[in-house]
Amino acid sequence: MSIELPIGTGQRDAGLDGVIKLAILAVGGQGGGVLTNWIESLARAQGYNAQATSVAGVAQRTGATIYYIEMAPASVPNPVFSLAPAQGDVDVMIAAEMMEAGRAILRGFVTPDRTTLIASTHRALAVSEKMVPGDGMANAEEVRAAAEMAAEKLIMADMERAAVGAGSVISASLFGALAGSGALPFDRAAFEEAIRAGGKGVEASLRAFAAGYDLAQKGEDQPTEQPKALPALAPSGSSRQIRAFEGLMARINALPAEVAEMAEAGLRKVVEFQDVAYGAEYLDRLDSFVAKDHADKDHMLSLEAAKHIANAMGYDDVIRVADLKTRASRFDRIEDEMGSAGKTLTLTDYLHPRAEEIAGLFPARLGARVEASPAWMQRLDRLFNKGRRIRTDSLRGFLMLYLIGGLRGWRRKTHRHALEQAHLEDWMARSHGYLPDRYDMAVEILRCRRLIKGYSDTHARGLTKFDRVLEGARLVEAREDGPEWVARLREAALQDEKGEALDGALKTIRSFL
Amino acid sequence: MAERSFKAEVEHLRKGAGHNFTGEGILAITKALLENGVGYVGGYQGAPISHLMDVLADAEDLLGELGVRYEANASEAAAAAMLAASVHYPIRGAVTFKGSVGVNVASDALANLASSGVTGGALVVVGEDYGEGSSIMQERSYAFAMKSQFWLLDPRPNLPSIVKSVGDGFGLSEASNTPVMLMVRIRSCHVTGTFECRDNQRPDLTVRDALANPQRDFSRVVLPPMSYQHEHDKIENRWPAAEKYIVDNGLNERFGPKAGKVGLICLGGMYNSVIRALQRLGLADLSGNTDVPLYVMNVTYPLVQSDLLDFCADKDAVLMIEEGQPEFIEQQLGAMLYKAGSSTKLEGKGTFPKAGEYTGQVMKDGIEDFLRTYAASLLPGQILAPNEPAPEIPDLSQTVPIRPPGFCTGCPERPIFASMKLVEQELGKHQISADIGCHLFAALPPFEIGGQTMGYGLGPASNAAFDGGGEKRAISILGDGGFWHNGLSSSIGNMVFNKSDSVAIIVDNYYSAATGGQDIPSSRAKNASKATNNPITKALEGAGVKWIRQIDRTYDVTQMRATIREALTTEYDGPKVIVASSECMLNRQRREKPLRNAAIKDGTRVEVPRFGVDQDICTGDHACIRLSGCPSLSLKKLDDPLRDDPVAHIDQTCVGCGNCGEVADAAILCPSFYEARVVHNPTGFEAWKSGLRTKVISWLQARRAARRLQFSSNLSQGAA
Repeated sequence: MSIELPIGTGQRDAGLDGVIKLAILAVGGQGGGVLTNWIESLARAQGYNAQATSVAGVAQRTGATIYYIEMAPASVPNPVFSLAPAQGDVDVMIAAEMMEAGRAILRGFVTPDRTTLIASTHRALAVSEKMVPGDGMANAEEVRAAAEMAAEKLIMADMERAAVGAGSVISASLFGALAGSGALPFDRAAFEEAIRAGGKGVEASLRAFAAGYDLAQKGEDQPTEQPKALPALAPSGSSRQIRAFEGLMARINALPAEVAEMAEAGLRKVVEFQDVAYGAEYLDRLDSFVAKDHADKDHMLSLEAAKHIANAMGYDDVIRVADLKTRASRFDRIEDEMGSAGKTLTLTDYLHPRAEEIAGLFPARLGARVEASPAWMQRLDRLFNKGRRIRTDSLRGFLMLYLIGGLRGWRRKTHRHALEQAHLEDWMARSHGYLPDRYDMAVEILRCRRLIKGYSDTHARGLTKFDRVLEGARLVEAREDGPEWVARLREAALQDEKGEALDGALKTIRSFL
Repeated sequence: MAERSFKAEVEHLRKGAGHNFTGEGILAITKALLENGVGYVGGYQGAPISHLMDVLADAEDLLGELGVRYEANASEAAAAAMLAASVHYPIRGAVTFKGSVGVNVASDALANLASSGVTGGALVVVGEDYGEGSSIMQERSYAFAMKSQFWLLDPRPNLPSIVKSVGDGFGLSEASNTPVMLMVRIRSCHVTGTFECRDNQRPDLTVRDALANPQRDFSRVVLPPMSYQHEHDKIENRWPAAEKYIVDNGLNERFGPKAGKVGLICLGGMYNSVIRALQRLGLADLSGNTDVPLYVMNVTYPLVQSDLLDFCADKDAVLMIEEGQPEFIEQQLGAMLYKAGSSTKLEGKGTFPKAGEYTGQVMKDGIEDFLRTYAASLLPGQILAPNEPAPEIPDLSQTVPIRPPGFCTGCPERPIFASMKLVEQELGKHQISADIGCHLFAALPPFEIGGQTMGYGLGPASNAAFDGGGEKRAISILGDGGFWHNGLSSSIGNMVFNKSDSVAIIVDNYYSAATGGQDIPSSRAKNASKATNNPITKALEGAGVKWIRQIDRTYDVTQMRATIREALTTEYDGPKVIVASSECMLNRQRREKPLRNAAIKDGTRVEVPRFGVDQDICTGDHACIRLSGCPSLSLKKLDDPLRDDPVAHIDQTCVGCGNCGEVADAAILCPSFYEARVVHNPTGFEAWKSGLRTKVISWLQARRAARRLQFSSNLSQGAA
């Protein structure tokens, strides 16, 4: 499908010689108004007549919003300007975000006969993209491809990063890109003068302007092709364990090349989660799939097993959370993100344990009994179930988490561990059950592990979805297209929180059985 | 204090003759009011004329110097009623509000005003909120002019024309003893341009002077038998006087050649789009000189019959260019032509779409179609037979997500609706009615709360049918702006009097926030000329509400949820009102940020909070986002082959409101959230203590790291 552009493109309109039409599509709060003012005062200072329009009000509360400017040389007496952009009639389109560039194209404001499109490639995700339980991000590559076809001249770069790097906002780097694009008949100094005349945050704006200008002139440095393989990270820690780990690495290196990389990531995860012995168990489990795999399927089965068994074995229990919260690497990362190096920082963690988490720490049999007893669970709830704000930067708060994080030696005896192991074994057995004849089915079953994530209610909902998808898989397991249906069920389960799409998909399956 | 300050621009309002004024439409209107000797001004904020109210408020000093009274009216009805001063006194008055909703609210006063008639010029500046960017139902204010017979101006959208129309409006109003409505469209309000100034004029008679010499004229009162006379007066005297003034002063304009086979008739506000279409069709130049006869109605009501018939006389066909529906003018024009026995063909709707905005493309297509049918010879060859095929571009309609407006980063209303969503998860779905204001965004994802809005201050009133109660109670939302506008009487009064067994939540963000942060009676700010700091709870008590809960920090989701739960489950069967108060974050940041930066510079101890997500603890289920939608809470793809789904991530625009942490706690979502406070200029003791702690913590961390295997990178390094 394609949109058809209005007729007459390809020909400059006779009545419009000399006029320049410029539109800005931005997300409310990006400073589109400031950019508009700069462009307008630039044009006036250069002896042009200019007119700008915008829509203020609620439209600007984080929504997509449009600004429009027209200008003509002073030699044209009393020009009559339009107040809004028209399809196929925009000379310069500035899009302050990737999907807004897409919207500009969609609305017909970018046409190959005339439009210079200046777009920032960064993403400000829309709510509809963010709220999907799976991955709902829109496809930026489609927009890029369309932009390449639709624009007469295209300037695309991460203008947000350029601006933030200069300690300013995107309006300044976009103004720089506009100068660098050469779309307006004014020189660079005139642009910079407009910023100075504005008078606010001049130095930072000029830095961002320069960054935008350079991006427009020279283009963006293509990120050097990331080597796919993880950098060979040397483990640190006790030498005895390092030796043991090296033994496991030898087993990894013996795996098919396609699998080794994923398996190494998986191994690291489970070893960090528990210990080297746990890593060996991981490889044992993985081997059971590798043994039944073959190269003509690109070792898909082993690859999925390597990924999902690692995730299943490295489940999110209280010990793991406390451990991660107290690591030095975490403190470094926060300091980095907050830009607080050398400054004093307070750190408050928002934790809310429930009875289930506490019972999960009990020895397996006791934990199972407690969890089965409503009275005991209520008692635990009274004691523990409340929101806790832990000051992890204080000794008291840190020590509490540090001690819990140190319970790894105890973990294998816990109720939670027993539950997770049982679930893991069932799931693997289910997958194994389809081998060797129903290879694709076995792969799909492994992939369903992706559904289990989150904590507490979200985790419970994930488990329910997982169970329901596996139930659904039973219904179609004998069918030729069974694996495709399982994939469809899984995708449906990831679409919404309540599982309404999954209900629909299951209903469809039942309808043809 | 409003979101945008016009203090600097307002200085330009002092300019006198010989100077040029360059700026926005709303400022031009204000300047024109002063140049025309206005005696009092007022209005009620709302897009697109919110900024006009802000300009007036910021210009209060200048207004005072000129003896002009400025009133921030309580509602559009109050604003329209204020024009009563022009009934008996020869004082020019102007009020402003948005159309069509503001005119709806004001229509009672407007109808009485129109019946009484005026002595001093009375001008209503209406910002017509129609078309792209509009936030209301799509209707026209035109009907109100017709039904009450006051006059409607719709000037060409450039500053000199808009400025001129203000003077024309006062003149027309005084010449015909009729109030005049001056319509400015959504984009004209903020269109920029230049006009030549005149000196500001003090009113001949100020409102203070008038008070010294009160006047009354029984014949102006809307009571029988005078009201019958008013109706006759409108038709027999005021209307002809208006037509005469319009013709004598050339308020409507003609462009292009005098004669022609065809002609275009457009409203003044549409002139620029019409010219643009003609420019693109090769029938006009950039200065607007056109080859097609064009009649521009700067006065859209009343229509001057003689003038219009004259324009149509020698033409085969005319095209009426009138956006929106019903097509009031086309209908009048059709009747005129028919009654005059004219053979001129009238086109309009049909050539143009019946509903919706006349965008650039619609305008061009409509005019082109009309000309092809009636005057194809006018069109250049390129237009008649385009020889280039239109290029094809991939369709992105399935790719680009919609991006409606929503709550800002740190908005105090977000936790209210997160709490409501959590209560609904416990107690099931409820009947919810919303009001007008930012809180209406809760109807959109991720909250999807509230399914209707009946008007400003009418949230609880629109749940009145459910006041009797039932298995579940109805919930209604009301903003603080709506509360003072109309809600206290129409909604709360209604609940109390009818012993409503339902729940109302008043969202108190200290301002009329959606319209740009203007002060209202319950605002916490000190305002030199307005009485603020009047608590909503006191008004509720006065109105007879017994069950009131005041929440002073909406971000406390646990308490917010408990309060809503209590309101829904309590034994008490009368009206239950929750006042949820926290300052609009947009305004708070604007107020606090400069102070904070100055304090940091001065060496004062300042804590700056921000939230974060531990990326290796977040599992990528996005449950937090479904209870937030905060712009700063977004997603990030990790460079970890083990992870399929992006994880939550909080960017540097976070203002540290705490909603995400509170929600994660109240809904027991996950332990990923943390609050980091950077302490600027810590005290000596604090810095020493923090250094000591860091040492101990680092030692403990190193100790554990030495006893197990660790890989030097983080578990999952971010892609960014």
